Amino acid sequence: MKLLVIEDEPELLKVVEDSLRMENFVVETASTYAMALEKIGAYDYDCILLDIMLPDGNGMDLLTVLKQQGKSENVIIVSAKDSLDDKLQGLNLGADDYLTKPFHIAELNARVKSVLRRKAFDGKNTIVCGNLTVDLQGRTVSIGGHALSLNRKEFDVLLYFVVNKDRLVNKTSLAEHVWGDHIDQADDFEFIYSQIKNLRKKLKDHDAGVEIQAVYGVGYKLVVV
Amino acid sequence: MKLMNHTLRYLSVAILGILTVWALIFYINMLDEIYDSIDDGLDNYKLLILDKVQTDSTVLYKTEFAESNYSIHEIATREALARRDVYQDTLLYMQNEEDFEPVRMLTTAFTHNGRYYSLKVISSMVEEDDLIEDLFYALIWLYVALLVSILVINNFLLKRIWRPFYQLLDRLRDYQLGKTPAVSASKTNVREFNALQDAVISLLDRIHTTFTSQKQFIENASHELQTPLAISISRLELLIERNTMAAADQEAVGQVIQTLERLTRLNKSLLLLSKIENKQFTDQTVVSINDVVRTLTEEFSDFASFRDVDLSVMADTPLSFRMNQDLAGIFVSNLLKNAIVHNYAKGTVEVVTTSSALIIRNTGKAAALDAEKMFNRFHKGSSETQSTGLGLAIVKAIADVYGIAIAYSFTGKHEMTVRFSS
Repeated sequence: MKLLVIEDEPELLKVVEDSLRMENFVVETASTYAMALEKIGAYDYDCILLDIMLPDGNGMDLLTVLKQQGKSENVIIVSAKDSLDDKLQGLNLGADDYLTKPFHIAELNARVKSVLRRKAFDGKNTIVCGNLTVDLQGRTVSIGGHALSLNRKEFDVLLYFVVNKDRLVNKTSLAEHVWGDHIDQADDFEFIYSQIKNLRKKLKDHDAGVEIQAVYGVGYKLVVV
Repeated sequence: MKLMNHTLRYLSVAILGILTVWALIFYINMLDEIYDSIDDGLDNYKLLILDKVQTDSTVLYKTEFAESNYSIHEIATREALARRDVYQDTLLYMQNEEDFEPVRMLTTAFTHNGRYYSLKVISSMVEEDDLIEDLFYALIWLYVALLVSILVINNFLLKRIWRPFYQLLDRLRDYQLGKTPAVSASKTNVREFNALQDAVISLLDRIHTTFTSQKQFIENASHELQTPLAISISRLELLIERNTMAAADQEAVGQVIQTLERLTRLNKSLLLLSKIENKQFTDQTVVSINDVVRTLTEEFSDFASFRDVDLSVMADTPLSFRMNQDLAGIFVSNLLKNAIVHNYAKGTVEVVTTSSALIIRNTGKAAALDAEKMFNRFHKGSSETQSTGLGLAIVKAIADVYGIAIAYSFTGKHEMTVRFSS
């Protein structure tokens, strides 16, 4: 999978690039509108991360360019402004998702993969991870044909881990992803621990080939054992 | 004391003094004028009598005043030569008044056919005591009339003149920095009022500019901090993911991440606060508070059960309010979160809606909180180190934007009553 990250902030660009490389994506970068325009014209990408505020142009215009060139790249708009207008405009111009800065790396991974999955959608929208089969449509997880009984949040937590397999998932990121944006006011995310405990027990009971490991002080990581 | 009454107090004393002095001078001048005029009259009389003496010598034998106003006596030559015209006040019995009344008398001497005579001519005089009395009463009336008219003028005319001043005062009283639009000037011809208005308005403008730039600064600072914070956290996460560190090092990095995340939360809250106060949440819809409560209690249920707090909701009475959907969520979630955090194990949180209010009641500290300070920024009612101290400040800011009333009471439980009234 080949990705293009368009971002004018060098440090952020580097972090995003490093992180996506760890997911084994081929990552190319552009830090200006002109560079982005050149790359878009010359190559095809599976997914483009587009910062709409560029020093030499508006990222929104790139969406129009893509449309004119008849390209059907997946585009995730990244904006520092949490503005509904930008979001609607972007989505209307053919963007697939909208992410507000600053974002968690795990959240970015989840969004990118979700977008890529939608593109590669082949009728059965499932993810396989170890001996786990996650059915995104039916929102079920099964191990060797046996379904795990998970509540809505447990499913969301597990899916987030699966998408971020082998990657560190920050507690804050997990809380915001699963419990909503408001939960970030909830001082501490210790309560997540009880959810993880339940999930671990269910996975273990079904002899799952995956394990949720604690990364002290930061969060968790799902690994295939 | 009102300014106009203040001036009246001083004026009343001043006018009294001025009138007294004026009365004295006036009295003396008038008396002088009267004497002058009477003396002229007497002089004229003297000439008339002397003329008459030339033609009618019987006049010379008129030795009593009786019905006329002169008397003539023959006197010695030496005495006559020494005599000058003398005007003097004296008393004469008046038939009509049945009393001695003051008269003006001219005593002079003349010669007729080689004989010397003394002539006394009198003229009735002003009665000084009557004059003084009349003058005194006239002055009292004048004084009262002056005071009353000043009072009336003050109350009717000055009130009109001072109107721009009071209008400005009213507008200043209602003025809230950053909330009310700029104070407008009233039209007035009074130069002082115009100067005052100009000074006040330019002062407010300067304060407002400072205030705005301060606010802008907070917003910009928060905004600029966001990305570096996020980058730092991401970098540290990537560092941990490299798996090259000893467990202890990893732990230390984890602690740094936690601190950075707290900073991020704090920063986010500040930015949010600034945006709310700048009224940057413009979209408004009729928000069902019941739905917000239901969604949020569902989101917070895991958090509450982890804290071992019983969260009960009675949100069946429909309650809706026109506001920004996101702010409604933040508003309720902050109150809810507070009720859960500042609680104890096996405690309770009750959320109730009525047709006009949302009530959140929770167990917690056994004493009432300081209702004045609790909405202040960075006021921390507990030792919760993770608390940003901005949660209730955000609640207050949202309430202020929409005119929502929040009342806190303590009756064994902490109770927040939020009144949504349009």
